[in-house]
Amino acid sequence: MSRQSLTKAHAKISELTWEPTFATPATRFGTDYTFEKAPKKDPLKQIMRSYFPMEEEKDNRVYGAMDGAIRGNMFRQVQQRWLEWQKLFLSIIPFPEISAARAMPMAIDAVPNPEIHNGLAVQMIDEVRHSTIQMNLKKLYMNNYIDPAGFDMTEKAFANNYAGTIGRQFGEGFITGDAITAANIYLTVVAETAFTNTLFVAMPDEAAANGDYLLPTVFHSVQSDESRHISNGYSILLMALADERNRPLLERDMRYAWWNNHCVVDAAIGTFIEYGTKDRRKDRESYAEMWRRWIYDDYYRSYLIPLEKYGLTIPHDLVEEAWNRIVNKGYVHEVARFFATGWPVNYWRIDAMTDTDFEWFEDKYPGWYSKYGKWWEEYSRLAHPGNNKPIAFEDVGYQYPHRCWTCMVPALIREDMVTEKVDDQWRTYCSETCYWTDAVAFRAEYDGKPTPNMGRLTGFREWETLHHDTDLADIVQNLGYVRDDGKTLIGQPHLDLSDPKKMWTLDDVRGNQFMSPNVLLNQMSDEERVAHIADYMANGTKSSA
Amino acid sequence: MADITDQKERSFPKIEFTDSEAGALTFPSSKSRTYNYYKPAKLRATMYEDVTVDVQPDPERHLTQGWIYGFGDGPGGYPQEWTKAKSSNWHAFLDPNEEWEQSIYRNNSAVVHQVELCLKNAKRAGVYDNWNTSWLKFIERNVGAWMHAENGLALHVFTAVQRSGPSNMINTAVAVNAAHKMRFAQDLALFNLDLSEADVEFDGSAHRAVWQEAPEWQPTREVVEQLTAEGDWAQLLFATNIVFEQLVGSLFRTELVMQISARNGDYITPTIVGTGEHDYDRDLGYTRALFRLLTQDEVHGAANKELFGQWLSLWVPRCLAAVRALQPIWSQPAEKAVTFATSLENAKSKFSFLLEDLGLDIPKELDQ
Repeated sequence: MSRQSLTKAHAKISELTWEPTFATPATRFGTDYTFEKAPKKDPLKQIMRSYFPMEEEKDNRVYGAMDGAIRGNMFRQVQQRWLEWQKLFLSIIPFPEISAARAMPMAIDAVPNPEIHNGLAVQMIDEVRHSTIQMNLKKLYMNNYIDPAGFDMTEKAFANNYAGTIGRQFGEGFITGDAITAANIYLTVVAETAFTNTLFVAMPDEAAANGDYLLPTVFHSVQSDESRHISNGYSILLMALADERNRPLLERDMRYAWWNNHCVVDAAIGTFIEYGTKDRRKDRESYAEMWRRWIYDDYYRSYLIPLEKYGLTIPHDLVEEAWNRIVNKGYVHEVARFFATGWPVNYWRIDAMTDTDFEWFEDKYPGWYSKYGKWWEEYSRLAHPGNNKPIAFEDVGYQYPHRCWTCMVPALIREDMVTEKVDDQWRTYCSETCYWTDAVAFRAEYDGKPTPNMGRLTGFREWETLHHDTDLADIVQNLGYVRDDGKTLIGQPHLDLSDPKKMWTLDDVRGNQFMSPNVLLNQMSDEERVAHIADYMANGTKSSA
Repeated sequence: MADITDQKERSFPKIEFTDSEAGALTFPSSKSRTYNYYKPAKLRATMYEDVTVDVQPDPERHLTQGWIYGFGDGPGGYPQEWTKAKSSNWHAFLDPNEEWEQSIYRNNSAVVHQVELCLKNAKRAGVYDNWNTSWLKFIERNVGAWMHAENGLALHVFTAVQRSGPSNMINTAVAVNAAHKMRFAQDLALFNLDLSEADVEFDGSAHRAVWQEAPEWQPTREVVEQLTAEGDWAQLLFATNIVFEQLVGSLFRTELVMQISARNGDYITPTIVGTGEHDYDRDLGYTRALFRLLTQDEVHGAANKELFGQWLSLWVPRCLAAVRALQPIWSQPAEKAVTFATSLENAKSKFSFLLEDLGLDIPKELDQ
């Protein structure tokens, strides 16, 4: 369809809407934003007649590549170190995708602009596509990769795992609370516009370097839909900016959404890219370098900063602090070490780091070895069962961390941990901003004004509480992370599948009692707690082992 | 000539053969190659089940930490209380159409190609030139008005409902329903555009006034707006796909447009409207499966039937009011191949058959 025809067609379909006079559509999902003075514009000239054939063609290319990968024995060259992390990533990501579909009516309810409703409804179908195409990719991995364990229980594992819950924010955050906070600022303006760059562009690039060209095939196809979604988000953002009353809410939501996306996405994708790769060429970009390019330059400087002239208060301090955490405070390395510490309760295997890896990390992140190197050497030393416990229960100079109540990634940059009594419970937070999110932003009042539509932090937010004072073997069994012989764990701290004696079983991990840091913290006297927190925070500056 | 002496050494990742194929080694779970966290309906899981089941988690299944965000006035996630209908197991519902992305795009692209070819042929053959004035007026006013109903249902009924169902299978089926409605509404609008650009007497802007002001269409618009105002997702789905679509939608599309177009020299409109009928046939399939599950629920079946009876008492009179108001349009075409009474009788008969199939009593309001 030519551009002129498309414009004419789009103008025609915009005639389909009308102003109701008998009854107005139900407002199922409220917002504290106001759009009375909003300009109405739909930059996305998408009609179904061109949309369906376009997407069908994209699908045909993806499925052609999938057939080719199987015929060409792609899995002969896939790095297990890489594909193991896909058991985690691909268990998480279909839920955020389908949540984005479910978020669209929230935006439609909230924004009184019929012209943009069409674009949002098209996005809904895109997101159904993304969710199911990713589930199918995972199925292909399960069928063709050497170790299907973990892929085979994917959605159950996602729903009962500590890391799955961290990822679940990147989904539940789209569909709950204030409709604009969730479906526009958190989902579209920040998650899709900023962080899909690392998710769907940077990470597939790393997959290809590790012999997997299906992840790029699928995710680049997904990413090609995102530009339309970004347009949807931008239109609504401009509408919100047109009303002065929205400014405090926009400032609040940009701070929350930016910081939570950073905490969650950088933790996961940073780990996959830095610790899942075997490509240690010195001129290969580190996650920090990718982040600088894709998020700092392409998003922050090119997209966000120009919005200042429209009155958007940009969280410059939080952008700089996210960068600081990645490049100076070891955020990604801490997360990777935490995931590896918890290997018995994972549904994927984590490879040890070798001298080649050490050299690359030291080159990219000077000082890395003195902080993390010895711990990874201990990880290798303790990789097999028989003479030692899992590393979490051995004295390797690593204290199991407190969980951040808000983002649920632990407070790994220990000197930054905030401890406060909130809602009659001692809670720990990874940062001042996560504390603010719980104590100030997700409340029924903000900046002296009622915000009844804002969401609430709910659920059993500390995973460890559910398993407090339980034997590790029982936890693993209850979670279902056991292979089909009924005793071998799915998670292993190495990649060696050739020798059954090297694979940990329930008996090997039995006898280790797992304790919740938060439960213990709340059992402490005031003096004990103060001393404990001081010690915990001081530990952040120590080198490992 | 290019200088080939000063080429930089390129850096690229080195591919390594890892022998990581399925079957390379035997070890615990090395042959565990099916999703094992749900029980498929048949012996072997379908692609649809594998890519749809449990993607939306549920505290009643595997979700141990519960929903981690809530609304200001209630729980987050997908609360079962968002409808008065009850089920012992919402996850038992599977879409008989087995819709997932490949089926969505293949089916809808096929329809797009069919409609485009039809419209292209119509232009090439100049068929619009032979349509009589009364038929052009019928299309201009009535098909023009109807496309608003389709679009309103797409955006404010089906798109809205797919946020609220307690399982991924329900919500995805409804999302596909929304896509059908959007595409169909837009196809009717673009058909309207073609006609307004043809060298015939056709006012492409008349549809707006007809939809918003013509007395025969106001009760239909009223019931569409009432549907969009309903907050209970299952009631909304029931009222739309079981009641409105049967009594008003099918009455207009199947019992009128599809029956009289050919007699008025028009093979284009039924081709396009037929795609909407095809969509509804699929969408009724999943709706029927869902509500049959609810009426046959061992624990809640009786209460659900009573509830659906209340919904019928509310929505049947509203839809019949819309139907009666539409009666004059049966007289507008030059060739009146079917009477309103016959059309309504057919629609009522099919509606009654559907209710019987669901195990529901025929509401007394249907005889009014």
